[in-house]
Amino acid sequence: MTDAEELRSLTRKLLAEHPPATTDRTDFLKARFDAGLAWVHYPVGLGGLDAPRALQAVVDAELAAAGAPDNDPRRIGIGLGMAAPTLLAYGSDEVKSRFLRPLWVGEEVWCQLFSEPGAGSDLAALGTRAVRDGEDWVIDGQKVWTSSAHIARWAILIARTDPDAPKHRGITYFVCDMTDPGVEVRPLRQITGEAEFNEVFLTGVRIPDAHCLGEVGDGWRVAQTTLMNERVSIGGARIPREGGMIGKLATTWRERPELRTHELHRRLLDLWVDAEVARFTGERLRQQLVAGQPGPEGSAMKLGFARLNQAISGLEVELLGDEGLLYGEWEMRRPELVDFTGRDAGYRYLRSKGNSIEGGTSEVLLNIVAERVLGLPPEPRNDKDVAWKDLTR
Amino acid sequence: MTEQSDLLYSETEDDLRATVRALLADRAGHQSLLDRIETDDPYVPGLWTSLAGDIGAAGLLVPEKLGGLGASHREAAVVLEELGRAVTPLPYLTSAVVATETLLALAGEGGGPAAELLAELASGRTVAVLVVPLSTAPDQEPPIAPEVAGVADAVAADVLLVPRADGLYAVPAGEATVGPQTPLDLTRPLARVSTPPGGGIRLAEGDAARAAVRRGLLAGAGLLASEQLGLAEWCLEETVRHTRERHQFNRPVGSFQALKHRMAQLWLDVVGARAAARAAADALATGSPDAPLTVAVAQAYCSKVAVRAAEECVQLHGGIGMTWEHPAHLALKRAKSDQSALGSAGRHQDAIAALMDLPAPR
Ligand SMILES: Cc1cc2nc3c(=O)[nH]c(=O)nc-3n(C[C@H](O)[C@H](O)[C@H](O)COP(=O)(O)OP(=O)(O)OC[C@H]3O[C@@H](n4cnc5c(N)ncnc54)[C@H](O)[C@@H]3O)c2cc1C
Repeated sequence: MTDAEELRSLTRKLLAEHPPATTDRTDFLKARFDAGLAWVHYPVGLGGLDAPRALQAVVDAELAAAGAPDNDPRRIGIGLGMAAPTLLAYGSDEVKSRFLRPLWVGEEVWCQLFSEPGAGSDLAALGTRAVRDGEDWVIDGQKVWTSSAHIARWAILIARTDPDAPKHRGITYFVCDMTDPGVEVRPLRQITGEAEFNEVFLTGVRIPDAHCLGEVGDGWRVAQTTLMNERVSIGGARIPREGGMIGKLATTWRERPELRTHELHRRLLDLWVDAEVARFTGERLRQQLVAGQPGPEGSAMKLGFARLNQAISGLEVELLGDEGLLYGEWEMRRPELVDFTGRDAGYRYLRSKGNSIEGGTSEVLLNIVAERVLGLPPEPRNDKDVAWKDLTR
Repeated sequence: MTEQSDLLYSETEDDLRATVRALLADRAGHQSLLDRIETDDPYVPGLWTSLAGDIGAAGLLVPEKLGGLGASHREAAVVLEELGRAVTPLPYLTSAVVATETLLALAGEGGGPAAELLAELASGRTVAVLVVPLSTAPDQEPPIAPEVAGVADAVAADVLLVPRADGLYAVPAGEATVGPQTPLDLTRPLARVSTPPGGGIRLAEGDAARAAVRRGLLAGAGLLASEQLGLAEWCLEETVRHTRERHQFNRPVGSFQALKHRMAQLWLDVVGARAAARAAADALATGSPDAPLTVAVAQAYCSKVAVRAAEECVQLHGGIGMTWEHPAHLALKRAKSDQSALGSAGRHQDAIAALMDLPAPR
């Protein structure tokens, strides 16, 4: 068992052998991965040391103090948050050692080919087909809202392998090569003006059987690992008071006395309190994780942040009055980073609308809280034992 | 939030919770409360002695050398969560928190009238209340008048702590006139208190007296958040239980999504209330310089959550929620009165605005 002291000295050794000031960024990150200091709770040889997850904070603090480069989690969020835990849980040894290092270092960006035009909240209804052909699978279908597909090297993909089975049972989970000639990525412009996500057309894409994660037909269970990690991925980092979007609004309030009105003051204080309480909630979640008693508060965090970010950025546009009526730029770009708090108030307002849709809508998360946390009865269902091909679409 | 801020519950706190919960379930079930609330004395006989004396809950905030258990606001907060859950009528917040904390500011290392009185309070033998209207906020100067209305739990008090122009006095209840008023919250009696001029013993004067009162009210406001949390939690649990069992349209009403979402939303608010109430209790326990801000945040948030939870509880119970026999109204009345107690949400927000430099328009 690795303790905090040991991790601290391993981190110092890494820093001594690869001084950040004189080491190439990617070389440093590779060395960090090889030292097991990438994600300390991962297995030895796969970037970790089998240490308690909570001890990552010790490593991160040492590295931050030394000014070491990070792997830019905003750019590779899907790889770190969703692909990696799924690869770890379901990949073969070859798959794990092939993919995890470049994923963590950021040399290879990942995207998530889940949603389809006909299957969003009801993801298990998806229709993209995977048909076996010798040692390969051949994929045909269309995916949508795929964040980062334009910069991704690999994708996690779910596709239907058995249309005769009920919808949850005929799905299989794959790793898809985004450079395959059958993959076509088209930008999908969003309400901010830029194209963060894409449509992805899959035509005769060939995936070797070795890139199938989990059993054939068991993809829904594998996907649960991905989705759970997607929803719980918040809450790790500690944020200071006014660290999130509320800080932007508070600063504008302090610097621009001429904009203040009594009505906006009340709403500002309401939101300030909500943001501070959300911060305490995140802190409490973090302490629960450290104490080894993770609570269901993770889903609360995502729901709460969506509501708060939308309300705060909405108030900011209002506060800015005439200025709030302007927008930075509408130029169509395909950004490499997702930036929730960046740019101007108008952008923040529009981008935050996605917070209650991406990664599961707020309505669907409320269903999950009601049924899994509170134990309320499930919705009546008429799709459970029907073959997927016989469902109405 | 300071580095050490601990928002979880310790094992000792969990044990204390279990003890208090068992006592209240045994002796102060809702039926027994409903039977007593319309009498002059809503307090369950003997319950105070059991909680304050036998369990020692009245002395949690008092250091051992002053006659208490030397625990902290974190443990007292857990007791209040349970009292809030059960909507128990007991002078805990008023005597074991507000009056006790006021006296702690004056007790020094021991000796003197404040320390003596504190030891009595810690043992549970004596109940004392601060003679201010229940609505007084921590940053508010209490009214100085011969008669003060809206004093909570004065009917149960043996000693009255009376702020006067020249200091803070301890007046035996026998020397005062305590006229019960009809409260909205039948589980926390209010009274009009008049004390004879010049009576009692002076505990402190000037700034020391004012600071002691402020400290008492700040602790009261901070820990009231835990009472509100416990109350909200009970309301949510009862509502979930009821809507799972109650059938309409050939389905449990709790399977209707409109209701599920309302309860899920309430759960989110309760999760926030727990984090906020814990942060306030911890800030008070550690004497953090952040305490005034954290208390204001907890009050501004938890008072709203408690009222919403109680209102949802009444609504989602349908007709039965409107009846006198069902305990939902006990919670509603307590939550609504707690909303004004120790400063309204708006007052606490003003305190935040001042502390965080978020000024109102000129
Ligand atoms: C910015 C952004 C980035 C995204 N990135 C990705 C990505 O990288 N990869 C990927 O695979 N997907 C991605 N998505 C897709 C996202 O996961 C889906 O949009 C989301 O799950 C909702 O599905 P839908 O769009 O089909 O809406 P629908 O499912 O059609 O929902 C429409 C409305 O109905 C409501 N609704 C649906 N079912 C229920 C129900 N049972 N009860 C109550 N209300 C219900 C929804 O809440 C919504 O309000 C992204 C989306 C956004 C906005």
